[in-house]
Formats: sequence, structure tokens, C-alpha cells
Amino acid sequence: MIINHPLLGPRDASEFVYLGDESLINRPDPNSEDADDRFYEYGYLRDNPAGDLRELWYHEQGDRSWLVVTRNTLTHEITSVEMARDVAKAKGRDK
Amino acid sequence: MSDQSHRIAGGLIDRSETLEFTFNGTPMHGYLGDTLASALLANGQKLVGRSFKYHRPRGIFSAGPEEPNALVQLRSGAQQEPNTRATVAELFDGLTATSQNHLGSLEFDFMSITDLLAPFLSTGFYYKTFMWPAAFWEKIYEPIIRSSAGLGRLSMEADPDTYDKGFLHCDLLIIGAGPSGLAAALAAGASGLRVILADEDFSVGGRLNSESYKIDGVSGSSWAKQALAELKSMDKVRVMNRTTVYGAYDHGIFGALERRTDHQKTSFGKPRQVLWRIYSKRSLLTTGATERPIAFGNNDRPGIMLAGAVRSYVNRFGVTPGKQVTIFTNNDDGWRTATDLVAKGVKVTAVIDARNKSASTPITGAEIILGDQIIDTAGRKGLRSITLKSGKVIQTDCLAVSGGWNPNVHLTCHQRGKPEWNSDILAFVPGGILPTGMKIAGAANGKLGLSTGMVDAVAVAQKIVQDLGQRPASYDIPTSEDEPQSGGAIWHVKDSKKRAWVDLQNDVTVKDIQLSYQEGFRSVEHLKRYTTLGMATDQGKTSNIAGLAIMAECSGKTIPETGTTIFRPPYTPIPIGALAGRARGKHFRPYRLTPSHKWAEENGATFVETGNWLRAQWFARPGEKGWRDSVDREVAMTRASVGICDVTTLGKIDIQGKDVAEFLNHVYTNAFLKLPIGKVRYGLMLREDGVAYDDGTTARLAENHFVMTTTTANAVLVFRRLEFARQCLWPGLDIHMISTTDAWAQFAVAGPNSRKLLSKIVDAPFDMSNEAFPFMACSELTICSGTPARLFRISFSGEIAYEIAVPAKYGNSMMGALMTAGQEFDAVPYGTEALGVMRIEKGHAAGNELNGQTTALNLGLGGFISKKKDCIGKTLSQRPELNRDDAIRLVGFKPVKSDDLLLAGSHFITRDEEANMANDQGWMSSVAYSPTLGHSIGLGFIKKGHQRMGEIIRVVNPSRGVEIEAEIVSPHFYDPEGGLQRG
Repeated sequence: MIINHPLLGPRDASEFVYLGDESLINRPDPNSEDADDRFYEYGYLRDNPAGDLRELWYHEQGDRSWLVVTRNTLTHEITSVEMARDVAKAKGRDK
Repeated sequence: MSDQSHRIAGGLIDRSETLEFTFNGTPMHGYLGDTLASALLANGQKLVGRSFKYHRPRGIFSAGPEEPNALVQLRSGAQQEPNTRATVAELFDGLTATSQNHLGSLEFDFMSITDLLAPFLSTGFYYKTFMWPAAFWEKIYEPIIRSSAGLGRLSMEADPDTYDKGFLHCDLLIIGAGPSGLAAALAAGASGLRVILADEDFSVGGRLNSESYKIDGVSGSSWAKQALAELKSMDKVRVMNRTTVYGAYDHGIFGALERRTDHQKTSFGKPRQVLWRIYSKRSLLTTGATERPIAFGNNDRPGIMLAGAVRSYVNRFGVTPGKQVTIFTNNDDGWRTATDLVAKGVKVTAVIDARNKSASTPITGAEIILGDQIIDTAGRKGLRSITLKSGKVIQTDCLAVSGGWNPNVHLTCHQRGKPEWNSDILAFVPGGILPTGMKIAGAANGKLGLSTGMVDAVAVAQKIVQDLGQRPASYDIPTSEDEPQSGGAIWHVKDSKKRAWVDLQNDVTVKDIQLSYQEGFRSVEHLKRYTTLGMATDQGKTSNIAGLAIMAECSGKTIPETGTTIFRPPYTPIPIGALAGRARGKHFRPYRLTPSHKWAEENGATFVETGNWLRAQWFARPGEKGWRDSVDREVAMTRASVGICDVTTLGKIDIQGKDVAEFLNHVYTNAFLKLPIGKVRYGLMLREDGVAYDDGTTARLAENHFVMTTTTANAVLVFRRLEFARQCLWPGLDIHMISTTDAWAQFAVAGPNSRKLLSKIVDAPFDMSNEAFPFMACSELTICSGTPARLFRISFSGEIAYEIAVPAKYGNSMMGALMTAGQEFDAVPYGTEALGVMRIEKGHAAGNELNGQTTALNLGLGGFISKKKDCIGKTLSQRPELNRDDAIRLVGFKPVKSDDLLLAGSHFITRDEEANMANDQGWMSSVAYSPTLGHSIGLGFIKKGHQRMGEIIRVVNPSRGVEIEAEIVSPHFYDPEGGLQRG
């Protein structure tokens, strides 16, 4: 596979390390009332869609950026690649 | 040479280059441009191997990569290569080949008795026979199956050849350099695209070399030669012959194997093969088509071959496979075999067309038989005669069979494309989802005529040029003719009562397929696995479609309704050596060497692999009888005076920024906000599920400058996690980090004299006194007159101890400098074993304890989870199940009988209970012989261990048959109060 890195252009997938669902960015608030349940879901429950999946890839053999890659799990077509840091900030994680 | 009894005039071989070779030890001759198969046929060698299951005599069946029969062992000794297809093996001077799969000689194979037992070896034989009794499985059945399985034999020696890997990029990859591929490459090349044209054959041209077509008024092979010359003159076109594109992967990436030296006697030290990864913007599949046989009684005899292969041997190689050739066809294409043979002066005995239709051209001297079919053949080691349905018997030594052509759709299926049935040509053509950027043209796309195929290929190539934003240059399509194509489908001769082979390599017959249907196998995927149809090394290139057709007949469905099995990479077998490339033996995962490796080598170190590192395990001295002597001495001398150990392998992460302390608070369980400058703190990391992950120390060198250490094993993983936390979880924090594991050489200097030793090398005015530089202090400084260094007062051994870091380039001389400075104290270098012994004596957890199953509570580090703040893993570490009253706790163990040796991996059982899983109390994680205490000691996890001090339990190791008694003690065997390290 080829991942089109937003900063570095197209790079071979072998330069990257795969983590999983983008939802791992959504670390729950430990002070929320249902923190136990939310951490359980965060830690253990994943969707397994046949189709587009937003997932985390780490450019370990490169610039060490974490990326959010939207990949179709059936065809491996990649429709978007974003800097995970930007995605996290857009989700309000820099507060 | 007179011995080439079947050599005829013409062909594309170079008769001025005679090549000597041997087959089963018999010397033979051929010419440059021959394949092993054509050379064997030229020498009249019809019998070349034995079939897989029934050991039937078999000959050469095809002239290409689809060959199911003619598999031989090529070369000898370590270079021996089993299951080589003689039809694609280029002849070279000195080639040696031997036949496979027979007991005794090829001519008299004792295993051919299996052929007589065939009625008992029907399909599913293994499943039916080797079922009962179960006790026979391992001792009786498996050895029988193993000894009869497989065709060729491995040499069992290391492969002496080298293999390379390479990467190529192009606009357009054209796969197959037949007429369509060449025309497409010329058109795309003229338009300025970067083109790679790959073909598995050694000469480009594909079928043009085997047929008598004319293009632009010259012979097809001459046109191919001209085309090649023209392509080679184009800067952006790369033609790769001897290169098989074996797999189509994601995003336009292809795997290709280039054979560089397989056509030579030796590779002269050069890489034998290169495994290419080709990145293409577009690809064009012009792989042509493969002829299919017709199944009839005893259709597997040597001398029966595909009609197109007979044309190849006659036209390309100047060899006739027989002196009296008969042709059996169901289509017009088969008739061209007769015309070509007659043109070369080869006697055609008869042409049998299953249809009631004759070709227009008369065939000189041949009997024409219409509307008849072959039901049986005779001739054990070579065809002698055939019998027709009408009862007629024809004497013949070669039968050319033509059942029509199947487009080579293999690569279109590698991304789960699904071929579609084309009823015009009665064959599957590419369909469904194709690999990204792939187009198909010519015969591979079902456009079987020569002219039709070339016109199609040029049109597709020019469309690709446009797609890539270029203007197609004008290109005159060469003029040629379309050969007649009409035909009828016959997959097997129904009136034949004898065994009719569908899959020649795996010995699957028409009856086997019918039987498997009767037994309830309805899906083609099940049929394939039950009968093993198409599962041999040829992957059913000549048999799959016929198998489907027979299955369709059984079920009364159409062929497209019956469906196809999935083609997967590789298209043809790829040697493991090529996949490994240079990454073999010690190069598979190169060692990382510590900065003081050279010093350690010179000073008698024994090394051990720890992760990717090679570390000194101990330093033996003369007179020491075994490793224990060395390790015991290193521990004793360190504890008595001072020892030095290279600890560079621990992960080091340099973290800088305004928010580092806050960041550390998130990733460590314990508090770091208030860590003073010039201090080091131990830190514990959890996984988000609450299980302990890693530990280490973090030093604050300046307000915004921290240095973290991790365990050796987790150095890369912790860094990855920290980057995740930095970029994805807390992206607003001001932090930057870099791994400096390799940048600093670090040494532990431990023991009561460590301060005195280091005082000798630190530059003034650095104050080494306990007051100025106490336990857990850190500082940047210079040593040895100006060398920059970092000093940390941390202790893994329990002694007064330091770790001193210098830039890695000084590492080796630093070790020497420390040892020189330590001479007056009898300083000793110590290795990983002594390091381990001292940490167990001190009761520190390490990798054996932080094994991914244990929590902070289990490790006795529950207090390290700060109550005042959140951290990764904190919430889930509070789950009730992880905090049960009877949770396991890390404690120490000492044998009741002081000379008993504890064993790691043993489990704990109370004195009065039976040793079984239900009564399991925990396990021993680390053991060592403590030279300090004079007996074996262990660390382990046992239920409620902290409340059971003094209890005697059984330490049981059923796999080694050892059971001893031990007392539960504090894990801190050595200086439990920790006064020494603070002194």
C-alpha cells in the first residue's frame, strides 16, 4: 500500500506501524461519572466495518508523525490522510 | 549432432552454439535458445517424470509456464532445485537434470504399483483411509504420508546463491511482451511514458515466436525483434525479459522475479535472482492465453501434448515431438498445427475434429476424420496408438490436442477480481474489481485474434496515455491477420470408459470430480480441496476450467453459475531465497553492538543476545571452570569494591519543552510535576487497561529538559507510545522528544568504591561528596579533561552506584578509562548475568516480572499510582478483578534446604494440596544463585504473598520433574532498608 503523507508525499506502507481505529484518540475524561464504562469501551470495543475505516498509522521509519488514514477495508483504497495531531486538536483535545 | 534424432530445420535457435547437458546422467546435446524441454525432445527423450499419485510415466505436455508434467531437479549439490519446469528452464552448457518422484529408475519405478491400486486410491482416499484408529495417526499414517508426499527433494544444504531485492517506479507496467504487449509498449513509449515491459520468457515476442504469423509482411518473430530494438532505443522504456510479474498488490504495486543467472552454469558471485517491487501508476495486462486440453481415456501418455506446444517446438525450437503426428481438436486453431507441421516437412498422420467441420486448407498426406473423438490410447512409456469412438485405431507417436484457449486472467484476480464467462470464446475473461490502475488488452481480455488483439492493445495504451495527462503520439498499428477462431466446447470425451486426466500433476481424473460431486461437494472451493484439483505447483493452469466444466455438468448448472476458485499470488513458484533476499542468517536481523563491544571482546567477554543487542554476559578469567565462577566473582567484587557494566542498551529519550513535567504526569503513574532540577525519579508506566507496562528513571537536567530511560526491550515501543500521547492525546502540550539511545554510551559504576573511582575522572570543581551529589541526583558535567558527560546517581544493584553517560563515540575508550581509574580498587567489569543476580538480590522487578500480565499491585508498586492525578491506565487499574483480596504479590523465595536450586517457571502449591491447576498459587519469575547469601534465591508471584512471610510452600516444576520446598521471604534479599545505596 502507499500512504500519501500530508507532509512527505506518497510513502510505502512498510515505513509505517499500524495501531487501529482512530477512536483511540478519544481518550475518555477520567473524571466523568461513568469513567469506568467509558474506559472499558475505549479500551476494548472496536467497530469492524466492511468499508471506510479511519485508522491510526505511525510513520516510524520516517518523521514519526501519527496519521489518521481513511482506508476502505474491502478494497484498501485510501481516500484521505490527515495529521493525527490536527484531528485531535479539531476534536478539542488541546484544551 | 547426429544424436538429436528429432531436430528439424528452422527455428530461432543458434545452431553454432552446441550445448552439452545430461538427463539422468545420459549426455545429450542441444543449442543456444533451447529450453531443457525442447532439447530433451530433440534427443527423443519422451519420458521425463512420474506423476504425483499414481507414478504414471509422463512426458512434456506444454511449452510454457503452465507445464504440469515435466518437472525435474535442476543442477546438483547445494544448488539443486526441485520441481523445475523443463519447459521454461533455459538450456546452458553443463546443465544437469534428473527426473523426480520414482523409486528405482525413471523407466522402472517401483512405486508405479500405486497405478494398479488406483481403484483403492480414489478421491478423498486420505480422508477415508487414514481416519481410524486414531492411535495410528502419528506413528503409522503420518510417516507413510510424509514419505510419499512431495515431488522433488531439497538438497538439505544452505543455498549458496545470493538474491537481491529492488524497487522500480513507472507510469505504465506492461505485463507480457507478446504482440499486444509490444504494440502497447511502442505506442506508450512513443508518447513519452515511463514504461516497464516485463516478460517471463528469455526472448520477447510471446506466441509470435511459436507461430507462423506475418506482421507488416515479415515473420512474427522478426517483427518482435524489430520492436524490441525500437523499444531499447527509447530512454524511458525498460524491457525486462526473464522477469515474471507474479503478484498484483494494493495501489498499483506489483511483485516481479527477475532471473539473472539461471541460464548460466554459475552465477559468478552475482545475484542469481532479483525480487522487484514495481510501483506503477497504471498497468496493462497483455498476458495472452493458455491452451486447454481435452480429457479422454489415458490422455496422460508421453507424446500427448497441447497443439500450441507442438507448434512452439516445431516453429521456435526446430524440434518435432513426433515422427507421425496426429491432431485432435475442437476448433479451427488446432488445424493450424497441421499446416505448420506439413510446412516443416513433418508427417501428419491424421487430423481429428470433434466437430463435423473441416478447415479450408487441405493437409497433405493426412487422414481427415470429422465428428469423431478419441476414447483411449496405448503405449506405456510413449504414445503408440490412439483409439477413436468409431473403433478406428491410428498408429501415432505424438498427439497434439487443442481444446481452445483460456485468457490468462490470473493477475486480475489478485485483488479479488472475479472473472466473467464469455460465451463467444467459451472462456473466462477478466471481470469484477480489478487491481488499482489495471487495464487488460489482447488475448488476455478475450480478444483472441492477432490483429484484433494488437488493435485493442494500442487503443488501451493510448487511453492510458490520455488518463495520465499526456497526448498520445500517433502510432501506426502493424498490419496482420486474424486467425480463424471458431470452436466448440468439449471438456472431456464422455464415451471414454478409461481414466481421463483433468489435472495431470495431481492425478485428478474426470471420475474423481464426478465422485466428489456424488459425495456432496457442491462448492468449487470444496471440490478443489477434496480432489486436490489445481493444488499442485502448476496451480491448475491447464486443468481448472475443465474441472469447473465437469462440475457444472454434474450439477446441471452452467459454468458461470458453478463459479471459479480464486487465483492468488504467486503466478508461478517463487524461491524462498528470493523472498529472503539479503536478509538471511545473521543478516535477517543484524545485531546492535554496545559502544564498549570492542573492549569487551578484547577482555574475554561471552556475549548474549538481548533483543537486537549483543551484550557482554560475563567476563571469564583464567582458571574459572564455568560461567557461575565468573558471575559469582563479578558480583562479589562489585559488592566488595566496584564493578562496571555497559548499560547503553536501556532506552533513552530526550524530552524538552515547557510542559514536559505535566506530560510525564500523564504517562507515569507517579507524580513528576515537582521533580526538582538535578534530580532523578523512578517512574512506572501502565497500559491503558491497567496492566504494568514499563519502568525506568527520568532525570530533570534543567527546567525544560528531561531525560527518560526505558527498559532495553521496550525502548522503541515506549517512544512510539509517547509520540502517540504527545500527538493524539495531549496535542496542546509544548513538548518535543527524540530517542537518544544510540547517542550516549552509558555505564553503571557500582560498589562501595564507585565514588572514589569516579572522583578520579570528573573535572574540577565537580563535587562528588554525598552531600553535594546525593542518591538520585543528576548533573551535566565534564570528565577526563573536558569530555561532556552526564552523571546519574541511581542504583540497580543496591550499592552506592552511578550511571555515567558520554557521547557514544567515546564509549569504548570510556570503558578503558574507567577500568584504568579503577585499577587501584580492583575494579571489575560485569556482564548481564551479574547485573541480573544483583537486581534479584535487591528485589527489583525486570522483564520477567513486567511481563504484560501483572499490575502495579501485583508488583508491590501499588503505592506508585498517585491518588491525586490521572495517568494512562489508572482508571482501568482500579477494576475490582485486578484488586481482589487474593491477588498475586511479588515476594522472594529461598529454598528450605540451602543447596536446593530454585527453577524459574515453577508454580507454587501449598504443602497439603495436590499439584494441579486448580490449586495453583502463582509462579516463580526470576531465580539466581546469590553468591552474597550463599544459596539460591527467587522472585515470584503468589496469592496474598505479602501476608504470608515465613510460610513454607512447594515449588513444583512438572515439566522438569522437580519439586522442592521454599520459604516465602521479602523480595529485598540484600540491604532491605536501602541504607547502602544512600551512603
